[in-house]
Amino acid sequence: MPTSEYLRERIETALPGATAQIEDLTGGGDHFRAEVVSERFGGLSRIERHKLVYEVFGDEVGGPIHALSIKASTPEETT
Amino acid sequence: MSNEEISEFIQKAISDNEVMLFMKGTPEAPACGFSARTAAALNALAVEYAALDILPDPRIRQELSALSNWPTIPQLFVNGALVGGADIVTEMYETGELAEALGVDQPAEEEVPEAPAVGAPQTAPIGLENRLG
Repeated sequence: MPTSEYLRERIETALPGATAQIEDLTGGGDHFRAEVVSERFGGLSRIERHKLVYEVFGDEVGGPIHALSIKASTPEETT
Repeated sequence: MSNEEISEFIQKAISDNEVMLFMKGTPEAPACGFSARTAAALNALAVEYAALDILPDPRIRQELSALSNWPTIPQLFVNGALVGGADIVTEMYETGELAEALGVDQPAEEEVPEAPAVGAPQTAPIGLENRLG
C-alpha cells in the first residue's frame, strides 16, 4: 500500500529540486493530496503541471493510488 | 460494444457537447467527492453541460484516459479540449477563470457548494449509460 512518504520520495526524485507535501486524505493509503512546489512548473499550464506529477506514477494512479489530488506551484507563486 | 466503438462514442460526446463532464455517478447523484465538487462548480455557474457516468463499464474510463492522457476521473472538456480534473476545475472556479472559459458571469458567492443545491439548475445527463450497458 502506498504511503505519503513513498509518494513524497517518488515526486522529489523524479522532479529534482521539488518539494512535495503529501496528505493521506482517508488514512487508507489510496486517496492522496500532493502539494508540489517546483521550478519545473514555470511557464506550464495547469494541465501540463498536473500531467507532470501524474507521469511520476504512471499506472499507479488509478491503480493502487486510487485518487491523487494535486496543487502544483512554482516557488515564486508560493511567496 | 467494442472498445473501439466506446472510444468513438466518447470522442463524439466530447465534440458534440460544448461542455462535457465525465464523472462517477450523475450530477444529481455523484458517486465520488471529486466528481461532486466538479459538478457543483458547473452548477454554481448555471452552465449547461452534458455528463456521462463512467461507472457502468470500466472500459469507458480506460478509453477516456487513453484519449485524454489523464488518469483520473472526473474530466471536464470545454470546446473539445481537456480543462482538467476536480483540482483544476475548482481552482479555476475560485479564480473566475472557469466562468471566463465558459463565457458566463461569476456568481456572487465565493465558495463552491459541497453538493448541488436542491432545486439548482440541472442538465439531464445524456443517456449514454443505457447504450453502453
